[in-house]
This record gives sequence, C-alpha cells and structure tokens, in this order.
Amino acid sequence: MAPILQLDKLSKAFGAVTVADDLSFGLNSGEALGVIGPNGAGKTTMFNLITGTLAPDSGAILFEGENVTKHSAARRCRAGMARSFQVPQPFSGMSVFENAMVAATQASGLSGQAAEQLCLDVLDQTALLDKANTLAGSLTLLDRKRLELTRALCAKPKLLMLDEIAGGLTESECTSLIQTIKDIHASGVSIIWIEHVVHALVAVVDRLIVIDFGSKIAEGAPKEIMASPEVQEIYLGIEIDA
Amino acid sequence: MDWVNAIVQGTLLGGLYALFAAGLSLIFGVMRLVNIAHGDLIVLGAYLGLTVVMATGLHPLLALVFVVPTMAAIGYVLQRGILNKTLGDDILPPLLVTFGLSVILQNLFLEGYTADPQKMNAGVLETASVSVGGLSLGVLPLLTFAIAVAVIAGLQFIFYRTPLGRSFRAVSDNQEIAQLMGLNKRHIFGLAMALALAVTAIAGILLGIRTSFDPTAGGARLIYGFEAVIIGGLGNLWGTLIGGVILGVAQTVGAKIDPGWQLLAGHIAFLVVLAIRPNGLFPRVSG
Repeated sequence: MAPILQLDKLSKAFGAVTVADDLSFGLNSGEALGVIGPNGAGKTTMFNLITGTLAPDSGAILFEGENVTKHSAARRCRAGMARSFQVPQPFSGMSVFENAMVAATQASGLSGQAAEQLCLDVLDQTALLDKANTLAGSLTLLDRKRLELTRALCAKPKLLMLDEIAGGLTESECTSLIQTIKDIHASGVSIIWIEHVVHALVAVVDRLIVIDFGSKIAEGAPKEIMASPEVQEIYLGIEIDA
Repeated sequence: MDWVNAIVQGTLLGGLYALFAAGLSLIFGVMRLVNIAHGDLIVLGAYLGLTVVMATGLHPLLALVFVVPTMAAIGYVLQRGILNKTLGDDILPPLLVTFGLSVILQNLFLEGYTADPQKMNAGVLETASVSVGGLSLGVLPLLTFAIAVAVIAGLQFIFYRTPLGRSFRAVSDNQEIAQLMGLNKRHIFGLAMALALAVTAIAGILLGIRTSFDPTAGGARLIYGFEAVIIGGLGNLWGTLIGGVILGVAQTVGAKIDPGWQLLAGHIAFLVVLAIRPNGLFPRVSG
C-alpha cells in the first residue's frame, strides 16, 4: 500500500517549549492510526502542523506523495484532509445543515443538489438529520462533536483526523460513535485518531503510536503498545519498579 | 399635512442613507473592518459617474452599467492588494490605513476634478413628481427609495440564500475553521469588498444626481452611513434601512421645526438611540 501521509523529521518549538521534535511517521492509504500520549505531549500541535494552521520550523509533510509543507490550510483541505476539533468549533450562527454545506461546497467542490445530497447522507450517518435546521450554537456537547465529524466528512476527506472526539461522552454515546467511525474506516477513508478513551481507540485502529514531548516514543499493534511497560509508565503514570 | 409631508420626504431620504450604509454594514459584518474611506468611496462613485456622463453623454442612471463593475473591480483589488494585509487581531491598522486612503482619495479628487462643486444632470427625472393623496412626491426620491429596498433585499438574498453568502457568513463566524473547510478568506474578503463597492457605486451616482458634491463631500456621508448602521443594529441589513429612514425623518422633521436644525436633529436622533439602545434597535440575534 502507498503511504497517504508521511511526516518527515517535523520540528516545531514555541520559544523554549518543543512541541514537535524530529517527528516522523507514515500512514498507509486506508489505514487507521491511533495516537496517544500525555496532555501537552504535542498531539494536537501535530494536527495543526498536518492541516497547515501551523507552520513547522523544519521538516516536511507529504500528502499522497506531494510535498504540501508550503500549502495553505484551505488548499490542503481541498486536496482531501479534514479534521475535527477537541473543543467543537461550529459556525455557531449558522444551522447544522449550513455548517455541513460549507464543507460540502468549498472543500469537496460540489454544488447544488449533489452538495445537498452529500450533506443529507452524512447527517443521516452521524445521526444529526433531525437537527439539520437547528442553530449550531445551541447544540449539546454530543451533537457538537457529531457536527465536527459531519463537517469533516462533508469535505469528502481521503484523510480524516479526529481529535479526542470520544472525550466527555457517555458509554452508550461512545459505543455508537465507535460504530460510526468503524463504518467510515470500512469505506476506505484513512484515519488518524487522537484519543484518551483507549478502549474506543483500540476497537478501531490498526496501529498505535505514542507521543511524548513532541517525539514518537513507541509504535506498533494496539494491544502490544498498551501492554508495554514504557507506555504504561509514561502514559498511564504507573510506576514499574516502585 | 405639512408634517406628514416631512415624514414621507424623510423616509424617502432615508433610502439614500441606507444605500450609503449598506456597503459599510456588509464589510463590517464579514471582516470586522471599519472603513473610514467609505464616504470618499461613495464620492468616487459619483466622480466616476460624472466622468462617464461627460465622456459619453449617457444618462447618469445608465452610467451605472460602467460604474458598478468598475467600483467592484476596484474593491477586489483594494482588498487583496492592501486591506487584507491590515486585518488581524488588532483593529487599529485597518482604521489607520483606511483613514490614509480617505486622505489620498480626497486629494486625487482635488487634483483631477478641482474643488468646484459638481453635479450630474439627470434631466426631467430631477424635477418630475407624482401626486399621492395630496402629497407631491419627487420621482427621484421615490426611485432612490425603491432602489435601496431592492439593494437591501438583494444583499439579504445573497447572504442567506446563496453559496457566496454562506461563505461570507462562515468566514465572519470563524475564520480559522473556514479555512480548514477549504475557504480562501483573502478571496472571500475581496469578493465582499467588491460587492460592497458595487452598492457604493449606486449610492454615489444617486448622490451625484440629487445634490452637488465636491472632493470633501465624503466625510458627512460616512457619518450618515455609520449612524444608519448603528441605529439599525450592527449586522442587520433591514435594520440598516430602518436606521437610514429614522435618520432621514429626524432630519426633515428637524428642518420643519427650524431650517437650521436639519443636521443637528439627525445627530440627536442617533445619540438618543445610542443612549437608550447601545446595540441599535434591531441587533442581530446570534446563537
């Protein structure tokens, strides 16, 4: 399989604080990759670097073999990248449907009925169809998270980036969300998923990487990674030889 | 009957003020840019109209066919070439740059057209009137008001019923996210300024038919525009029309009491609204 995304020695520092340190990894087309790490490890920064809202100090980002490091966020989105935000950021003055339409028309380049149909299909998939005309600013947390996912999917992404989309949800809400993401993955979309709700992550992803202090400290099959003493110590705060 | 007449004339005058204000309201709504040069851009529209009329002998209203696209093109280039660079977290740079632009425009008018007052001749349209229920209404003020209603309705349609309007609202709501949705905000801002100046061109031509204008005429128009926007409530286009009408009625009623009170009465009406409803009469309800 060809890699859809390749990070090559990516570095970024805010003053003395290094948020990405020589970070390299690849993602195969159709693969689902989970990302874990302590708070402040640089996971969300990594998304900002990939989507282009933040420019790296050094290193390169390759998307479908093309170097996109200098491309604008808008251009990368149109090329097939979409993300959700940990803290949902809807266009609060617009309806749920219009939020979806912005992505469908601008990112996917659809218009008219084709765009509307895509939005309806995605809203149906994310269980927001009955709230299509609700003002996005008045949604509950779960619905806001669903709207994040909806908007990202309406961009018809080849690469979907999810940032702690399961955080703060109840068990049953989480279960339905996992199923939705599994369906998306099954349809061939490549996924990178940052998540603290590890059981949700392990249920979906093919591979797991661990990030701490902006660099990759472990990588492998989900079960192996979660069982490794190093990860348990750093990530879960368990003292091994106490 | 005199009072009714004053109120009706003021309402019609309000249409012109709403046209002054519509472009201002639009660009503030989309990109939070306060355009100090807006009044001078209205006057630019009037001078461009005058130039077309003198060169071709066309009726001033037909000159709109040339002036509207020209102003729209100027708007797009101005936004992408200069104003986009001033936009950011700080609201001061756009204020300073548009103030500078205002000074430059006024001096260019002076250089190109001298300080003499100019006026466009619209022939019989200027004096034609119709009798309605004992009132004599000028055709030009009626036409101006009708155009204002049509322009506001058109802008409202663009904003809430078209993909372009959706882009405007998305960028206005959250610029960063809009870009992650594939929107190029520099281009969208350029289109917003083009649309605003297209409306401004209409306002300028109607101004130039109604009264004489000179290179410094922009300042007062900027103030009327601001007052109409603020009376009506920021971000509400129909509110802007009502704001213009309130301003116009206050002026004509003030003039009825004492001819010297015309301008003062308009400003007092504005200050009263500001004191009672600081957010305007019809502020946009947001979620």
